[in-house]
Amino acid sequence: MTSRRTNTYIGAAIERFEDLRFLRGRGIYVDDVPHATTLHAAILRSSVAHGLIRVLDATEARRRPGVVAVITAAEIGPVPVIPIRLAAWPSLEPFVQPVIAADRVRFVGEPIAVVVADTAARAEDALEAIALEIEPLPVVADRDASAAGAILLFPGAASNRAITYEGRKGDAAAAFRSADYTRREHFSVQRHTAIHMEPRGIMAEWDRIWGRLTIWGASKVPYPNRKILAGQIGVDPALIDMIENDAGGGFGVRGEFYPEDFLIPFAARHVGRAVKWIEDRREHLIAANHAREVECTLEIACRRDGRILAFRGHARADLGAYVRTNGVMGPRNVAQILSGPYDVANIEMDVELLLTNKTPAGTYRAPGRFEADFFRERLIEMAARDLGIDRIAFRRMNLVPTTAMPYALATINPLESTTHCDSGDFRQTLDRCLAEFDWATKSRLSGADREGRRHGVAVSCYIEGGASGPREDARLILEPDGTLSVHVGSSSVGQGVETIFAQIAADALGVPIERLRSVRHGSTGLVTEGFGAYSSRSTVMGGSAVLDAAAKLEAQIRARAAARFGCAPDAVLLRDGTAIGPDLAAIDYAALAGDGLVADGTFLNERRTHSYGAHAAHVSVDPRTGHVAVHDYVAVEDVGRIINPETLHGQTVGAIVQGLGGALLEHLVYDGEGQLLTGSLADYLMPTASDFPVIRGVALEEHPSPVNPLGAKGAGEGGIIPVGGVIANAVADALAAEGVQPTALPLSPPRVWALVEAARNGRK
Amino acid sequence: MKPAPFDYAAPNSIEEAVALLARHDGAARPIAGGQSLMSVLAFRLAAPALLVDLGRIPGLDAITIGADGVTLGARVRWRDIEKDGRLSGAHPLLAAAIAHVAHYQIRNRGTVGGSLAHADPAAEMPGIAVVCGAEITIVGARGERTVAAGEFFTGALATVLDTDELIVAVRLPPWPAGRRWGFEEFARRRGDFALAGIAAFYDTDAAGRARDVRIGVIGATNRPCRLPAAEAALEGRIVDDTAIAAAAAATRASVDPPDDLHAPAAYRRALAATLLERALARARR
Amino acid sequence: MTVRFDVNGRRAEVAVEPRTSLADCLRHHLGLTGTHLACEHGVCGACTVLVDGEAVRSCLMLAVQAEGRSVVTVEGLSNDAALSPLQAAFRRHHALQCGFCTPGMITTAHALLTEEPDADADRIREVLSGNLCRCTGYVGIVEAVLEARAAYRGHKADAAS
Repeated sequence: MTSRRTNTYIGAAIERFEDLRFLRGRGIYVDDVPHATTLHAAILRSSVAHGLIRVLDATEARRRPGVVAVITAAEIGPVPVIPIRLAAWPSLEPFVQPVIAADRVRFVGEPIAVVVADTAARAEDALEAIALEIEPLPVVADRDASAAGAILLFPGAASNRAITYEGRKGDAAAAFRSADYTRREHFSVQRHTAIHMEPRGIMAEWDRIWGRLTIWGASKVPYPNRKILAGQIGVDPALIDMIENDAGGGFGVRGEFYPEDFLIPFAARHVGRAVKWIEDRREHLIAANHAREVECTLEIACRRDGRILAFRGHARADLGAYVRTNGVMGPRNVAQILSGPYDVANIEMDVELLLTNKTPAGTYRAPGRFEADFFRERLIEMAARDLGIDRIAFRRMNLVPTTAMPYALATINPLESTTHCDSGDFRQTLDRCLAEFDWATKSRLSGADREGRRHGVAVSCYIEGGASGPREDARLILEPDGTLSVHVGSSSVGQGVETIFAQIAADALGVPIERLRSVRHGSTGLVTEGFGAYSSRSTVMGGSAVLDAAAKLEAQIRARAAARFGCAPDAVLLRDGTAIGPDLAAIDYAALAGDGLVADGTFLNERRTHSYGAHAAHVSVDPRTGHVAVHDYVAVEDVGRIINPETLHGQTVGAIVQGLGGALLEHLVYDGEGQLLTGSLADYLMPTASDFPVIRGVALEEHPSPVNPLGAKGAGEGGIIPVGGVIANAVADALAAEGVQPTALPLSPPRVWALVEAARNGRK
Repeated sequence: MKPAPFDYAAPNSIEEAVALLARHDGAARPIAGGQSLMSVLAFRLAAPALLVDLGRIPGLDAITIGADGVTLGARVRWRDIEKDGRLSGAHPLLAAAIAHVAHYQIRNRGTVGGSLAHADPAAEMPGIAVVCGAEITIVGARGERTVAAGEFFTGALATVLDTDELIVAVRLPPWPAGRRWGFEEFARRRGDFALAGIAAFYDTDAAGRARDVRIGVIGATNRPCRLPAAEAALEGRIVDDTAIAAAAAATRASVDPPDDLHAPAAYRRALAATLLERALARARR
Repeated sequence: MTVRFDVNGRRAEVAVEPRTSLADCLRHHLGLTGTHLACEHGVCGACTVLVDGEAVRSCLMLAVQAEGRSVVTVEGLSNDAALSPLQAAFRRHHALQCGFCTPGMITTAHALLTEEPDADADRIREVLSGNLCRCTGYVGIVEAVLEARAAYRGHKADAAS
């Protein structure tokens, strides 16, 4: 299933088309869409984590200057709920979020009212004039309180537990009974999230003559979101146009269906005007999805020689106040990919999803995978040390061998979902990583003290699932002037898909890339069906659909040329945008295009791709301040097929630095009353340019995916998956003399300092 | 995050500015660089009726170096201190500490007077003013007064400034050549407010003993302050490992930080002592 | 209030509320939407513009405080014909993905290199630490700014001669 031609563009570091506008400040993000008469919305949000709305009176606010409308649940009528998009299940239904709080609030940040005014500032002014009284209820501040169930968050549910996923494979209990060695540890990953640079935003316009809704700022999954909105608001999906503008990052968080995705279109119809809402950073931090708050008690069972026999564990995820569209995916993935790249025959992993009075959680780049890798790689490191086995040898012996592909991971119940590693040689990426890192030299630094800083190294292996099905659509158009346009249902959140799809289309059609006039994506007017940008799927799914469309377009071009040449279609040679007949007569595509030729392609696939690789890090720790410095970080990943090495490298390095943020800096901290304490970017600490200067990435394409015609594998998340485990293991290596064993992230200076103190005091 | 509405005035003299502040009786706020105030306004943590912009008032942006020390006008920016080549000799502690303030863009607008008036407990300028025994010159409706920096700060984000008063200058006493000093701070990221910081300096007598020891701490207390117990542990002694250890112990015993979001009290206490050791190790080199 | 200042070499006269930030004035009153707002509280650097040649956060400055000043935005550092050497270096080094932080990076780096065309990697990282980027991990950005130094050195020499 490989392409017939030698590729000119696939694999080349083509400079991105997108950059030409972004670098000049000419990107059009949602707040940049020109619209002379739009109104502006501001949202009143609960400042109480759990309570009953006793007074809600907007009379005074409606009189404020510039105010056009104030919308509360009363104006909406029966309040719609936001359905679950991924892995829906009956037990989850009581926990879904209403689009606005009618009588009860469950987290700080939950929408209560929408003010529409002539300016954003005046809309904010009027928020202060809304009379609101909330009678506080006891707060479910953490997982313990949630599991105890003394306070039930949802009257319709018997507990605060949404579901428990079971990852199952083999017979873990038997394996543990017969094992030479077992160890049990408790780990936790802190609540943190994507914080894409452009906050969310929506502009909606209601056309009362035609009954049409136009929505700007669509992202990630515009087609499913259109369906959700259509059902809630009672408008035919065909009359809703979702327009994808430039989007300032997504990482899983942007583009899910949030309450505002109903409230702003509703407001636009309510006032009969265009209404724009641009999320500010304060509300982004309390309203957009959080992620990653999972703790896990994990056991490993091994033979004396280090062969892993089984994993057994129990994890609890803090899902926040509601089950959102994709909220279950992170915890579900913990159960599924716990074993990662290792051949583990017996797995018994339960993951409880618990509701609390915090901002709801959703997916953030490599959901569940970052967490699971931290748990697993820490425990493996401890087990290797306990057994006196070199930690690399330990990993190498347990990696899934090439001969075992496709390799089944644990089955997840309920849903009985299974997935397989599709292809690869996991030892090859481990060895390459060690070579690139110069493990032989650097590992001599383990535990070394240099001017008061202690040095440590670590390496971890991982797999990255990608390319979720079920389907993606693409349309290729040969324009009358001989140029080509590509329309794809996949979305862009800044990954460079315009360039990627142009590369794929140009190669598939054998035309110079300059012929690609435009690549459009993500807007519902372009192709009949589309799915979006999540789970590292845009390149693989959209790209494969482009290939299919290209084959069909080529057949049309060939047929037209054959008619002109009076020969069989097979006798026509297509090259560089020219059709050449048997007598060597040449016709440019422009002369064959007529009014334009259109070909629709599609790609259906239920089988996922698995990129894989290894990361290594060299850190030093100042035991007196607890500061961790990263001196070198090397990532090696096999992605099956590289479309654009520059954009791929950008994904890898960017993801690693995000992972370093999650490992060392970022933390959404709540107090016992459900108040977010890290409510600004001065308190929520993201990596800056001076934090992690040395990041190196190497991409390989040794083992193409057999499950799609490109041979490509999703590669947007691999960079972040192993970072927590690698860094924590490197810190443990640096502080091995003290016996420091980090089990919780982030490894902030106070936490590392406290670990050192505790270890020293424990020894006294 | 748009501020609540306010009026705006940009007077041309101190007298006019003070009169505006007095007339609004607490409802007006001065603004210069605005690098602290603007975010306070954006979060609507303050909603003044009037902002009095000090940007047009002449004479507030001078750095004067003379026999009586270094005088910084209230509107001197971090950038001005960074670019003034004289200060590395005239007041090396000031130059070193100010190098830690915030980021490039903020440094182009943030001012000395604004930082003193904002009184963040982790800010460098207030800490330097206190440890050096600076004098802060203030003008208000009832005239001019001078307040010792040690008495200026009354708590986190709190000072003795009346609502009609403006800082016009801060004077740091002369810095003798040969003075030993060290400045150490620890922040989560470059440019962040410090989890703790220590400024330490002393002169030495003919026998090499430390005289007039000053140790100041930021970030680990509710306002910048000196650490008399740590100073006493060094005063009149040779600054060697033993003396440094004694000063560090005194620091641990006397610093009483609050627990907060970013660090527990025990961490900040230990950090202050560690930074003191490092500052003194640098000072004695 | 009416405020008058130069924007990208042109005279602007705008009626604004005193509370309007320079960023909102540029974006919504003058249509210069290349200046981006990502935090509005002075942390992220996306809104960086040049005021009298110095890089400032336009969310931390009132529009009325720009009276009589000269403001340059990313649009003012761009032309239709070709990318500037700094912009071309960003493209070559894949120093941007979603593009949202990019205008602030360009304006900040331009101010730095204009003043310090020999800035080393550490200085560049220090200065850019006031600009958050969530996509790139900064590696390409630093490489791009390092490469662009050559063009600014030439520029400075020209100005001196």
